[in-house]
Amino acid sequence: MPQTDAPRTDVRPTPLVRINGLTKIFGGQRALDGVDLTIMPGEIHGLLGENGSGKSTLIKVLSGFHEPDEGTLEVSGVDVPLPLAPGQYRRLGFEFVHQDLGLVPSLSVTENLYLGEIAQARRSVLFSWRAARARARQTFERYGIDLDPSASVDEIRPVERAMLAIVRAVESLGGKESRDGDLLILDEPTVFLPEQEVGLLFSLMRRIRADGSSVLFVSHDLDEVREITDRVTVLRDGRTSGTVDTASASSRDLVKMIIGHDLADHVSDVAAAPTGKRVVLSVRGLTGGYLTDVGFDLHEGEVLGFAGLMGSGYEDVVYALFGADPGTSGSLALDGRTAEASALSPRRAMSLGMALVPGDRKNHGSVATLSMAENINLTVLDRHFLGGRLRKGRLRANAQQLISEFDVRPALPDLDYGSFSGGNQQKALMAKWQQIRPKVLLLHEPTQGVDVGARQQIFDMIRRSTATGATICASSDFEQLEAICDRVGIFVRGRLVTFVSGADITKARIADLCHGQTSASVPHTS
Amino acid sequence: MTATQGDDAGTTVASPAEPDAAGGATSGETSGKTSSETSGRTSGETGGGAGPRSRRRSSGRLEALALPITWLVVIVVFSVAETDTFFTGANASSILASQAVLVVVTLGLIVPLIAGDFDLSVGSVVGMSALTIAILNVQHHWPVGVAIVVALAVGVVVGLVNGALTVLLGIDSLIVTLGMSTLLSGVALWVSDANTITGVSQSLIDIVITYRLAGIPMEFYYAVILALILWYVFQFTPLGQRLLVAGRNREVARLSGMRVATLRIGAMVTSSFVAAVGGVLIVGTSGSAGPTTGVDLLLPAFAAAFLGSTTIKPGRFNPWGTVIAVYFLVTGITGLQLLGLASFVQNLFYGGALILAVSFSQIVRRRQLKRGN
Repeated sequence: MPQTDAPRTDVRPTPLVRINGLTKIFGGQRALDGVDLTIMPGEIHGLLGENGSGKSTLIKVLSGFHEPDEGTLEVSGVDVPLPLAPGQYRRLGFEFVHQDLGLVPSLSVTENLYLGEIAQARRSVLFSWRAARARARQTFERYGIDLDPSASVDEIRPVERAMLAIVRAVESLGGKESRDGDLLILDEPTVFLPEQEVGLLFSLMRRIRADGSSVLFVSHDLDEVREITDRVTVLRDGRTSGTVDTASASSRDLVKMIIGHDLADHVSDVAAAPTGKRVVLSVRGLTGGYLTDVGFDLHEGEVLGFAGLMGSGYEDVVYALFGADPGTSGSLALDGRTAEASALSPRRAMSLGMALVPGDRKNHGSVATLSMAENINLTVLDRHFLGGRLRKGRLRANAQQLISEFDVRPALPDLDYGSFSGGNQQKALMAKWQQIRPKVLLLHEPTQGVDVGARQQIFDMIRRSTATGATICASSDFEQLEAICDRVGIFVRGRLVTFVSGADITKARIADLCHGQTSASVPHTS
Repeated sequence: MTATQGDDAGTTVASPAEPDAAGGATSGETSGKTSSETSGRTSGETGGGAGPRSRRRSSGRLEALALPITWLVVIVVFSVAETDTFFTGANASSILASQAVLVVVTLGLIVPLIAGDFDLSVGSVVGMSALTIAILNVQHHWPVGVAIVVALAVGVVVGLVNGALTVLLGIDSLIVTLGMSTLLSGVALWVSDANTITGVSQSLIDIVITYRLAGIPMEFYYAVILALILWYVFQFTPLGQRLLVAGRNREVARLSGMRVATLRIGAMVTSSFVAAVGGVLIVGTSGSAGPTTGVDLLLPAFAAAFLGSTTIKPGRFNPWGTVIAVYFLVTGITGLQLLGLASFVQNLFYGGALILAVSFSQIVRRRQLKRGN
């Protein structure tokens, strides 16, 4: 295994960046635990790792956002004391492009390109847009990009937006003769791009490398990293799992470094569907957003998990089924009643027997400034409207009873929802939806921001609810899927590619499949 | 991702739905689906919730009654200062009846405010409704009953247009109703030829101010009846609860199966319809209508609505708080005028009350947030 240190022995010049023993502790948890990373001048260096492996913490140390607890940083052979001061990264020649790109969609390409310049207003009062557009055109030509400087950013394609953000970052480092010593850090820039357009971004990255800059390409997509990078460093659980020359490492090698052990031999997944159970929900041809032709059957008493990498669309299914995402096509049948996905609304989905506990508890799940009881009772108002008036006493009793049944603490129905802890908020949302006894319970990240005790309670709730119906749980927490699911569907680039079931559902196996390393045919039960 | 991932969040100027957080983005929708929770909260931290709660309850009760108490103090002070003129049955009856139109308009206004939308056109709708009745009844000799029906229909139409533009096209209600308000005042000038039209049927005047109960003109009781109806709807029907949730967080309302668009349009139609009722009362009071009738009701209505949201049920627009706020403001103004202060007192009072009410709510809100976290 070409695991570590191989490239250090060659005759390349002083590393551009050398990080040694970087450690960052958050409340007792080691987010970074002695990470080493060496980036050479003029290379595209990949940074791979699962969610939570420490990639983003590492980047935030480089931008001066996090103060590391231990570790050293060397830039071009010179020691740089940590933590970095705010903005110091610019003087070191670092520039960042984050996943959200930081563009203003309603402004033009040129305006976005020179946003920083305008904000600093060095050019006194007058700013010639004509000259700026001409300059923008020249800049794009130099990078070989075909982009209209007067176009509005919300009209250009996603890949063009990504390229604009990258060019802006590189240009903001100043119009120097040589770009030697610059480091461009791209944080998952390809996640939201269509597969066929990623190549354009790669051409731009190669050109930037040709100018002498180094690029740190953060990603969790193996294929992309293998295509574009010269060397790659893999993080696992806050540690450097290894650094290798990309050309000498196979996908299998990389996956082993990412998940920490060898891939299990491929097990047949076709026997995935639970046998003999009645089909509750049957979905066909769900397409729209990130989803392409997703179809599956959900069985009585089943907890079906959905997993995938960011941008794979695994979580979009629950929103599409609940009618929360307009613009999804496809059809579904729930207990014999059929519906077109495009005609669904949350109201309609509820009448079909579905319930959704959304992942964004704060913005989509609850009203923090209303009381706990008011939030819980939202789904059953009509039940307690009797004889021309809302029975306040019964509503309160209902909330009080659910609060004790679902162990929401403190058991005070009149307290503002927002003043409860994350776990108790989530338990209350489960109560809000489970009291209508849904046939299909849709969950997205049901235990995000939830403490350990509440997490176990929520697992039990999911189990209990599934006894009378079925549950779909979309989650990026593979351990959770392992704990609660009868079957897990894996999404890769918008498609439901395979299922794992039974004893096969392990955190590692799900991770393997999400990285697209085994391709089994989809066991369509249609 | 979800449907909320749109740039429309940026068009939210200010959400009125939560008077506490006036100017805060309560209905602001974030683009991401997953919000990062503040970590480190454990169930143990919330265990001792009983202490703060009881403290909060008593301070809350005091907060809820602060305005009524202040009102009583104001009455006592003026009664002592002006025994002959202020503390008289005639003055009380005059205050209660003369401000009935303002009570009605403000009650209508709080409906869209609860649902998270502004309606700046209520004043102009009052005028439009009053003019419609005057023109049809006086100039075209229509029966006053028919004229009233037409005036109310005008209110409904205006509300529908406001609602459709706001909700279906997604334009900020502040802009839509500001435009509507100006447009209507233009129409009012046009159809009235800039003249005040007098001589409306006595039968309307009779049922509005001539007939009295316990010495107070009927007008006052109509306002009280409207407050009762709204109190019932907000307090005792699912509709009231849904309006409240739709105003606080549209996405939560939608994902809980509510028809948010219908609710919001309905709220705009209600405020316009109620404003048109206010127009009927204003014609019935003065027997006339002119091009600027009703326009000066807008600011007092907003001041009273926001001031009312600090009392009875602090943090929520509510009908009884609204009624008390209107009469508190009017008592203060009347008292000061009886003391000999000039008419500038009125604007001083209404403007000051609006700013104070909103500032006060904001301070309360911040304190609650601090405590909540």
